[in-house]
Amino acid sequence: MYDTNYHKPSSVADAVSALSGAEDGKVLAGGQTLLPTMKQHLAAPSDLVDIRAIPGMVGVDDDGDALTIGAATTHAEVAADPTVNAKLPGLAKLAGGIGDPAVRHMGTIGGSVANNDPAADYPAAVLGLGATVITSKREIAADDFFEGMFTTALEDDEIITAIRFPLASKAAYAKFPNPASRYAMAGVFVAESGGSVRVAVTGAGADGVFRHEGMENALSGQFSESALDYTDVDAGDMLSDLHGDGAYRANLVKVMAKRAVAKAG
Amino acid sequence: MGKQHYQINVNGEAKDVLAEPRELLIHTLREQLELTGPHIGCETSHCGACTVDIDGKSVKSCTVFTAQVAGKDITTIEGLGSPDGMHVLQEKFREHHGLQCGYCTPGMITRAHRLLQENPSPTEEEVRFGMAGNLCRCTGYQNIVKSILAAAAEMNAAKEAAE
Repeated sequence: MYDTNYHKPSSVADAVSALSGAEDGKVLAGGQTLLPTMKQHLAAPSDLVDIRAIPGMVGVDDDGDALTIGAATTHAEVAADPTVNAKLPGLAKLAGGIGDPAVRHMGTIGGSVANNDPAADYPAAVLGLGATVITSKREIAADDFFEGMFTTALEDDEIITAIRFPLASKAAYAKFPNPASRYAMAGVFVAESGGSVRVAVTGAGADGVFRHEGMENALSGQFSESALDYTDVDAGDMLSDLHGDGAYRANLVKVMAKRAVAKAG
Repeated sequence: MGKQHYQINVNGEAKDVLAEPRELLIHTLREQLELTGPHIGCETSHCGACTVDIDGKSVKSCTVFTAQVAGKDITTIEGLGSPDGMHVLQEKFREHHGLQCGYCTPGMITRAHRLLQENPSPTEEEVRFGMAGNLCRCTGYQNIVKSILAAAAEMNAAKEAAE
């Protein structure tokens, strides 16, 4: 690993100024992706800005219509949070299935969303629930946030401070994890709210997390597993690698979508 | 950035260490504090041989900077038991053949110890899910699971007897 500087600011403003003052600064939250990436010399930030000590970055806030989760809240904290379990159990379950226990104790929601790994779980929930990404500068709708694998609308000196999830009447996530890495080979988040349905797919798409319009339309007509029977997932839009080819993943997406619908009830 | 002083509490003792910001906790533990129980198995954050307890949570010490854990309480396998006074988990791993080469064992036991704090009476499935971040290339896991379940039973029996 190359030499780096470490900053631990106590406000968002200080974090932003540390980031913009650096030659090649990176936000450090749980570090569960960043550290392995740095070890492999795939990233060599000149400065790390640890945001976990900033007040208000951790925790869940319930305003009745939405849950706002601080960016530095760990997966284990979301999984165990009583409010999330009561209001959006599908989100708590998703968080409790990310990686492994040690990863969940360090990894954060903001880090997962900012990194936008094509096989990460949280992007599916953010897109599936139509959440809002709150940053140091603005609020970004999920539909405008994810711009392809490892790419987001975030600017270089912009920091995610929280994610606001609107409540849904039904919401669940089902994934088929790679047995070795536990990353999703296909993960589908399904949410119904006010008669409209959103379906977001992670792990499988060739260009990262995406919504599946055909499934959304089918489920808006009838929220049942059988409604998905005649929907098509295009194998040509899927990732194809040594873990599974496009056709295999396309099938998995449909199977996971059905499981998510069954879980959502 | 040069070396900085960081204070960490390791196995109940306050330690002042001097480390560059890029130094990983596993290197501080092994090379500076000579606590060679936590192992480096993969260095890619997959295997869990380096698992330690930080403020009551299992963490892979190869995937955290020492700078990030300043002021925190860290427990390594050395803080759980010793050859003369083995932890129940260590006894049960020996009794049930929960190890062969032993390389993953410190991480296994440190993680299992925390798992049994989180869930004192896990099912077999819960043990497997709770140990998912610790890899073993020898045993096929069967005897590791048996060892942990046996330790849970003994710890619960001891707790009941004490009450």
